[in-house]
Amino acid sequence: MSKILIIADHDGSNLNAATAKCVACANQIAGAEIHVAIFAEDGSAVAAQASALDAVSKVLKVDNPANKSPLAAVIAPQVTAIAAGYTHVFGASTTFGKDLMPRVAALLGVNQISDLMEVVDAHTFKRPIYAGNAIVTVESPADQITVATVRTASFTASGQGGSATIEFAAVTAAIPTHTRYIELKAGKSDRPDLQTASTVVSGGRALGSAEKFQLIYDLADALGAGVGASRAAVDAGYVPNELQVGQTGKIIAPELYIAIGISGAIQHITGIKDAGTIVAINKDEDAPIFEIADIGLVGDLFSVVPELQAALK
Amino acid sequence: MDKILVGLKRVVDYNVRVRVKSDGSGVDIEGAKMSINPFDEIALEEALRIKERGEASEVIVVSIGPSEAQQQLRTGLAMGADRAILIETGETIDALTGAKILLEVVKKESPDLVIVGKQAIDNDNNQTAQMLAALWDRPQATFASKVEFSDGVAKVTREVDVGLETIEIDLPAVISADLRLNEPRYVKLPDIMKAKKKPLEQIPVADLGIEIGEQIKEVKFEAPAQRQKGIVVQDVAGLVAALKDKGLL
Repeated sequence: MSKILIIADHDGSNLNAATAKCVACANQIAGAEIHVAIFAEDGSAVAAQASALDAVSKVLKVDNPANKSPLAAVIAPQVTAIAAGYTHVFGASTTFGKDLMPRVAALLGVNQISDLMEVVDAHTFKRPIYAGNAIVTVESPADQITVATVRTASFTASGQGGSATIEFAAVTAAIPTHTRYIELKAGKSDRPDLQTASTVVSGGRALGSAEKFQLIYDLADALGAGVGASRAAVDAGYVPNELQVGQTGKIIAPELYIAIGISGAIQHITGIKDAGTIVAINKDEDAPIFEIADIGLVGDLFSVVPELQAALK
Repeated sequence: MDKILVGLKRVVDYNVRVRVKSDGSGVDIEGAKMSINPFDEIALEEALRIKERGEASEVIVVSIGPSEAQQQLRTGLAMGADRAILIETGETIDALTGAKILLEVVKKESPDLVIVGKQAIDNDNNQTAQMLAALWDRPQATFASKVEFSDGVAKVTREVDVGLETIEIDLPAVISADLRLNEPRYVKLPDIMKAKKKPLEQIPVADLGIEIGEQIKEVKFEAPAQRQKGIVVQDVAGLVAALKDKGLL
């Protein structure tokens, strides 16, 4: 039987929605017993949220002042210390999970499956390669612990009707001091989070400037949507890096995605292909984005977007 | 610092549209243009800039792969690396074995810093830096967008989901380069000529005596599910109507 440990992604007070998707992925392995581990200075608030996730039977709290910040070098040896007895250790494909899990895998002496997107059985999974141009089915050795990061856009979050027990886990591990946390500069925003928003409005290079990108923010606010951008718009300095959607940015799966002035390079498409409905607004009728858009509108964004915003009032 | 070691992986050029073979046995890359993994190119550029600022004395490029990977190492030398090492193998090397191989090179060269790209654009694993740092028992700073040094310490700004995180790591350490760390230079013809004379050491992988553990098997390849082209509306009124139809407004 599979016994799966999921490493929670959180900011000290809130559980990241990616963890609920990770649980949903683990729950697709038949008969799995699922535990969630929280590494924090004081994981009480996060543990309460994790214990409410369906399919989770136990939440392990590993409280330590050293766990105040999400440092892979600090957390990895502690994960390794509690991994014994588990058949699988999963983390979300967030920057936290992508930083931490390969370090855990190497300490456990196994390879890692990155961006797990589909469960076939307990040791057989699918994952994307070549920027999503190919999907490979992989088999992890059944006699080894399976370490994976989970491509969260491929899974629907686990429900919140659970009531798992919460336990303190005592961990004996040498915690290094060679890595120290200094600060986080987060883009402050009242808008829905790009990775979990049900509607996302994204802008591309056609916006032309940071000032004109305001059109995208205004439309997003009218829709109660999150805001994203193409790599070209980020590279041009219209918006901060963390808004980038695509292969090297965020992979998202909103119900509605509105791409404005985005041509639709394969790297961008990779980041949105699990979206429910894709709307494309672009003045170039040959733009590749129209090949995958559910609803396309050929037109000048500078007239279309204000008109759309007016129509939403 | 003394030495910086940079990992360069030979991959299918990013402009090549890779397709799955019809029998599902792999991807068809026969005869495809090969290049340095773009993220590794950024890693090398950063190492060269550190050296040019006078903060390091030598940049060594290392690759693991077939004899043909000498081409990518020569490109690295033309960009400005001082010497190159090719760990030669005809086999596909998994991430953990790759990290073990790099660790052997690290033991031999004792670099103060290892920089690699955050991921290779072929298998998109995003594992090498983290695994090498784990096996070496040294710090890692992944997804770096800015790196500064002082007194044996690197201050690294990392691109994380919510913004920019800054950490401090003691050297030696491993850094993985993200997209915005720098913009790699173009190679000039005279540099290509000069690079031909720079040392390139070839070491058969068997000479390292690395035990290759049980692998994750790749059993089947398939093309991704394609989204179908939908409808085209003529104006905003049409768009609003279509969205209402789908219950999205």
